[in-house]
Amino acid sequence: MTDEIKISIRNLYKIFGDAPEKALAHVHAGMSKADLLEQENHVLGLNDINVDMPAGKTTVIMGLSGSGKSTLIRHLNRLIEPTAGEVLVDGDNILTYNARQLRDLRQHRMSMVFQKFALLPHRTVLENTGLAPSIEGKKTRAYADEATKWLDRVGLQGLGDQYPHQLSGGMQQRVGIARALTSNSDIMLMDEAFSALDPLIRTDMQDLLIDLQAELHKTIVFITHDLDEALKLADHLVILKDGFVVQQGEPQHILLNPADPYIEDFVGDINRARVLRTRSVMEKTEAPVEGLDGEVDHDDTLESVISMAEGDTNRHYRVMRDGRQVGVLHMRDLVRALVPSERGTDRALAS
Amino acid sequence: MATYDFVFDGLGLREWCGGDDAGGGLMSMDALLSETSGEATEVSAWDTPFPSLDALNEACPAMPQSRDLTSGLENGFLAIKDGLQVVVDPLTQPLSWALTNALWLMQAVPWWLMIPILMIVSFAVGRSLKLAGLVGLSFAFLAFIDYYDYTMQTLAIIFVCAFICVLFGVPIGIAMARNDKVQRGMIPVLDMLQTLPPFVYLIPLIFLFSVTEPKLYGIAIILYAIVPVVRLTDLGIRMVDKEVIEAADAFGMTERQKLFGVQIPLALPNIMAGVNQTIMMSLAMVVIASLVSAPGLGVLVLRGIRSLELGVGLVSGFGIVLLAIILDRVTKAALARINASQH
Repeated sequence: MTDEIKISIRNLYKIFGDAPEKALAHVHAGMSKADLLEQENHVLGLNDINVDMPAGKTTVIMGLSGSGKSTLIRHLNRLIEPTAGEVLVDGDNILTYNARQLRDLRQHRMSMVFQKFALLPHRTVLENTGLAPSIEGKKTRAYADEATKWLDRVGLQGLGDQYPHQLSGGMQQRVGIARALTSNSDIMLMDEAFSALDPLIRTDMQDLLIDLQAELHKTIVFITHDLDEALKLADHLVILKDGFVVQQGEPQHILLNPADPYIEDFVGDINRARVLRTRSVMEKTEAPVEGLDGEVDHDDTLESVISMAEGDTNRHYRVMRDGRQVGVLHMRDLVRALVPSERGTDRALAS
Repeated sequence: MATYDFVFDGLGLREWCGGDDAGGGLMSMDALLSETSGEATEVSAWDTPFPSLDALNEACPAMPQSRDLTSGLENGFLAIKDGLQVVVDPLTQPLSWALTNALWLMQAVPWWLMIPILMIVSFAVGRSLKLAGLVGLSFAFLAFIDYYDYTMQTLAIIFVCAFICVLFGVPIGIAMARNDKVQRGMIPVLDMLQTLPPFVYLIPLIFLFSVTEPKLYGIAIILYAIVPVVRLTDLGIRMVDKEVIEAADAFGMTERQKLFGVQIPLALPNIMAGVNQTIMMSLAMVVIASLVSAPGLGVLVLRGIRSLELGVGLVSGFGIVLLAIILDRVTKAALARINASQH
């Protein structure tokens, strides 16, 4: 597991209003978002954001509406200019880029998938998919093979000649993903990409994305307001509230160690058995233990272990990873981890 | 005694007004009456006139009368006319040529070529045999009642003027959509062009150009008809989905690629609706323009009014309606085709 950092956000501020620089001074002096709006008539969009996004991993930025998550993702390709701070991509501060460098970044190094698909309605599915090469000036014939390959990969065989309005929402978003993949960029920005789809299709699309990611290892920045979706996709989870980062880290860790009541509320409602993995609740030990009831994988969900144990809380399992024992799972601990209110226990288990 | 004597007396301006012998110049009817009858008319408070130029002039001859204002405007215009002509004349000369040549061409082509050509053009635009049939029938009917030449003249004028409207209107609309300042500046101008009675801008044009020049009515028609295409181009480009524009930006399109690859194609339904309105309005204006020697069906309408030839007026009016139907149907068919490919 290499943890090379692809995108790094440093001390990023965004203030909406007529004189953001002046308002920034107030924010530095400690003025709250509500006071800033009331006294200075400026909206504090992002407040001192620091996030490192690992290469080849999925970073999910989660927050409720108005938390600034869509604003944040638009800073990564400078659709929105920050008031202060740095955005480093591969170590380069993209805020110093001129117009030509910025276009190059957007054409070759970053692609984006939008909540409302944002396909060009007057172009065919194939031409939409080949948007990135067509912007470089390539003719349809030149990029048709590449675009068709990605259309096939996302499950849209033979639909290249249709127009976007002839497709359903889910299919349109598949085109959106194929369009992003055809640009061959390392980084994919996904702005609530699945929020406009109905639940079943959303699950399909999440699975598609997980499949693609297992194969392609892109650096994905995914925005969502849905915690289940966030936990399903995230390698690194960032939780935003009112424009600042409340907590970030590995999703399992956040689930077991909510940093403040806001996140406790958030994680209180989800199905922990389906999200938590055995590795998060096991007792770490490599010493052989006698009298175990079987083996489980370190990445199994608690749900699957419960069904395996048939609900018996007295069983103990060996937790395996790549054929080696990494810990022992006591069903008692597992059941305890399912109850979110016992913070103390959670802490003890995860540490 | 005039009503507003006290104003000038009170302000001590009597000297400036030229003493007491007020009413030396032109007098109002009231004043004349009172003078001849030899008794001063006492104006009751109820009848107090508004302190207008004329009322003030009665009290003080040094005040200008309201007709001095209009004649001043006229003289002012006449004074700048020569200078204006030096600039405007060469600029608008191509319009005269275009109109003369279009008129010549449309009449020089024989009817048995012209009517099929018009049918083919309408088919190419609308992709409908029914439409092409309607076009053929309408022109055949107008030719049958010997109105063919007039119809062709009207059509030639409309083609030239509508083309020039699009040529200038679309870029102006684009400039308005891309720049709020341009939009703020243009909207009052467009409002004025749209609300000013068409007869009103014929007047300065008559001063500027000779009535025998085609560009006189050409400019009048263009000024009147350009408004919708400008407005709807502006609106169409501003209404393009923000998300699509954002996607174009996110994939690194240049401004030019965005304009020609996204904004104009997506605004095309609106632009075409504007072109349709522009053609309809030039057709409306071509009748009024016959007052300043525009040839075509409008001349016959005018003849109907002038010499009370009811039949001529009605038939040529019907011919204009027929033309309007054809032009409207053809442009709407083009619009429908664009819409069908986008939604």
